[in-house]
Amino acid sequence: MSEEPAVGCARPTGGPVGEEPANTSNDDQKPKTEEYSMIKVGKKAPDFTAPGYQKGKFINIKLSDYLGKWVLLCFYPGDFTFV
Amino acid sequence: MSIDSMFTHKMWDDDELSKMVDGGIPFPMLSDAGGKVGTVYGVYDEDNGVEARGRFIIDPDGVVQGYEVLTPPVGRNVNETFRQVQAFQLVRETKGAEATPSGWRPGKATLKPGIDLVGKVWKEWKTEQAFD
Repeated sequence: MSEEPAVGCARPTGGPVGEEPANTSNDDQKPKTEEYSMIKVGKKAPDFTAPGYQKGKFINIKLSDYLGKWVLLCFYPGDFTFV
Repeated sequence: MSIDSMFTHKMWDDDELSKMVDGGIPFPMLSDAGGKVGTVYGVYDEDNGVEARGRFIIDPDGVVQGYEVLTPPVGRNVNETFRQVQAFQLVRETKGAEATPSGWRPGKATLKPGIDLVGKVWKEWKTEQAFD
């Protein structure tokens, strides 16, 4: 039986179901991933490269190539979202 | 920038955005599959696999001057973003001799920070100026 999910801005994803695999002692050593932001106003924006699309062409962008210009870097949940 | 591939970006621009904006989106639509860049910028939501509506103003020296991050269901105010960029540009052009008080927009009075202004902002700036 399938159910119809509500359509929203999130991107629903699947995942494994059933019992979680038993913890082995090795797993205890797993480093915890800490979530933190490196962004501070007045500090350098972290440089990055990213592939992209612009005006009929596939391109590669490097943030530091835009030094000397004002940059608006915008993130959004996903293409075809509707807000 | 989103977690979509550049191919999806092309389809979205071709099929929908070009119907809203003549000629399609003029600026680069970047792909951050896996959310690596979004993680560094603090906007990647691992649980949902998407990026929040983060907006970063980066000056010509590569310095972050301001940012705003919203959860997905609420859209941005583009005019406010432009206002902030204009304010940061004015401060930069005057090398900090002028500052933009609350409610400033182009054409409104600026403040000139300095010892003469200490305790005298009430003379230079009225509460109504905070509002349009």
